[in-house]
Amino acid sequence: MKTPLIEFQKVSKRFNNHVVLDQVDLTIYEGEVTTIIGKSGSGKSVLLKHIIGLITPDEGIILFRGQPVKKMGKSEQDRTFSQISYMFQNNALFDSMTVSENIALPLQQTTRLSQKAIEERVRARIGQMELTDVARNYPSELSGGMQKRVALSRALVVDPRIVLFDEPTTGQDVIRRNAILSMIAQYQRKFGFTAVLISHDVPDVFFISNRILALSDGKIIFQGTPEQFEEFDHPFVDEFVQSLEDFQEHLTGIQSKRQFKARNQMGLRRKRPQESYVVALFTLQDFDQLCEYLGHTQGQEILNAMGTYLNKHFGAVGGFSARQSKNQFTTFLPFSNLNEAERIVEKFAADLREEGLRTIQAEAHVPQDVCFPFAILTGLAESQAGREEIDLVFRKAEVTQKEIARVYCEIRR
Amino acid sequence: MDKETFFESPVTSLGRTAIRWVNELGAMVLFLLRTFLMIFHPKQFPMIIHQVYFIGARSATIVMLVGLFTGMVLGLQLFHTLVKFGSAGVLGTAVALSLIRELGPVLTAIMITARAGSSMAAEIGIQRISEQIDALDTMRIDPLRYLVSPRIAASIISFPLLTALFDLIGILGGFVTGVMMMGLNAGTYFYRVRTGVDLEDITGGFVKSLVFAVLVSMICCFQGYYTHLRRDSYGAKAVGLSTTSAVVVSCVLILVADYVVTSLLL
Repeated sequence: MKTPLIEFQKVSKRFNNHVVLDQVDLTIYEGEVTTIIGKSGSGKSVLLKHIIGLITPDEGIILFRGQPVKKMGKSEQDRTFSQISYMFQNNALFDSMTVSENIALPLQQTTRLSQKAIEERVRARIGQMELTDVARNYPSELSGGMQKRVALSRALVVDPRIVLFDEPTTGQDVIRRNAILSMIAQYQRKFGFTAVLISHDVPDVFFISNRILALSDGKIIFQGTPEQFEEFDHPFVDEFVQSLEDFQEHLTGIQSKRQFKARNQMGLRRKRPQESYVVALFTLQDFDQLCEYLGHTQGQEILNAMGTYLNKHFGAVGGFSARQSKNQFTTFLPFSNLNEAERIVEKFAADLREEGLRTIQAEAHVPQDVCFPFAILTGLAESQAGREEIDLVFRKAEVTQKEIARVYCEIRR
Repeated sequence: MDKETFFESPVTSLGRTAIRWVNELGAMVLFLLRTFLMIFHPKQFPMIIHQVYFIGARSATIVMLVGLFTGMVLGLQLFHTLVKFGSAGVLGTAVALSLIRELGPVLTAIMITARAGSSMAAEIGIQRISEQIDALDTMRIDPLRYLVSPRIAASIISFPLLTALFDLIGILGGFVTGVMMMGLNAGTYFYRVRTGVDLEDITGGFVKSLVFAVLVSMICCFQGYYTHLRRDSYGAKAVGLSTTSAVVVSCVLILVADYVVTSLLL
């Protein structure tokens, strides 16, 4: 069994007479993305501040790699906490410093690196985060999304082993929210840090998370994988997650995987046993490279446009679509068998190649003269009502995926 | 339970206030000790230089202006007073001693409080409420070392230098009114300045300016740093009130400390 990187054992915290954390037990594992969800005021930020030592618990123990933080000496505590970076909800950038000065600060103040080495590292990080044009600007001169990127650069410039994100997408529109989440996921994979996020972006945040922690009334009521959370039967899911999903659907027009499953179940219940249905799985290949080439915001806009295009196309033949993962969509074709579905998808692929890619490009606001590398894979799987779990059908569809459209570009940097 | 008001329970209320003051005083002393020790951290030098520029160099103009007019007023007032006793010749000594022993350190400290002290409190206060200080904590940068310590060091360097500048310009101001306007002999004026002022007077003035430097910088930084703990207000309003408190408390304590130091020196 893996040793948790961070573990809370019966941690409680009160402010005056208000209990914020009540006997909290949780585990966070190394190299994973763990997301903490919960209503406003449920103690998520307080929990995060306990991890970095900004707040100490009234009761309980916090363990770091199995060792109680409280029993560590000061230098050991410093060593432990220096592996952690924290990205604040409001970014907490130094407003009288430029972007590059903000990013350089932790290196200047906490390392013995030469000025030249610091400048090189800052320049590299600024380049990776697409902030070169604004390196000499002050934070107040930047958009909210750019400020987030500066805060993320500052958090990552010291090469931390753990990064804590306190609501990194607050105040962003749906496209930018997904762009920030996608950016976090990409850098988490690239740099290999352990990420702990607080987020309300259900279900989008599930696509990048390995584990979900649900906090309600100061207690952890769930910890497990996003898939386990989808099966979690608790009033919290109805009160909190449902309302967020409805809001999300209203904004994007695309259903969540959970909603998709619910609607699918309803559809299947109406079918007679052994009546067939088909699931089509669409994957936007090389999505990370696409984001790197066009930027995360544009990447999300493409994803959104593709979702809308799928919905429009398959809605006409009685299908409905949902986002399956970060770069995947599923379409449920309730009144089809495999042969019929193959014909429908072939027609879709032809339309996509003929004018769909241009439509997606236009709807994603990508200029026509900009070429972007873009490939779509599709896989189909047939099943019968009540025969097997829908997740198994998704997996079958994934195995049969093949390319249906691709745009080749010469990537210039 | 609601706290009793002064009228409901005067003893409890007074006791509570006294405890709060003692607590605050203790916190200030610890705050000062911690920040003072951090002055000698190897990474402090560039930040101290930056603060010397802000607190010292950029206050020079206003200090010179106030010094000039203070000296001119002193020259006029003392000339008319001394003429009545037939001692107009000692004007130089009177102006120089008044400035070096008393007015120079006090007025310089008050001017720097108004210009730089208020800015220290407001800047640190805003950094506190916008979580910039928490951000420093999370980056393992000690906020006391990074924000407060350079300001205290820079004040200790700048206050005596600005006081010396104030004294010098003030003596010239006395020369303008006493000699150029009232017709006193220039040689007599400077001779009296040179012979009337002892090294002890100058040392005393500098001791005062050092005491004021520590007081002003500590109070202004303390008020800003603990803006979030104010009980009477929050956010931007708290920053405003902390800035006001910083200036008012500093000015009052400058005068109180002036009396204490003077009585110890004399």
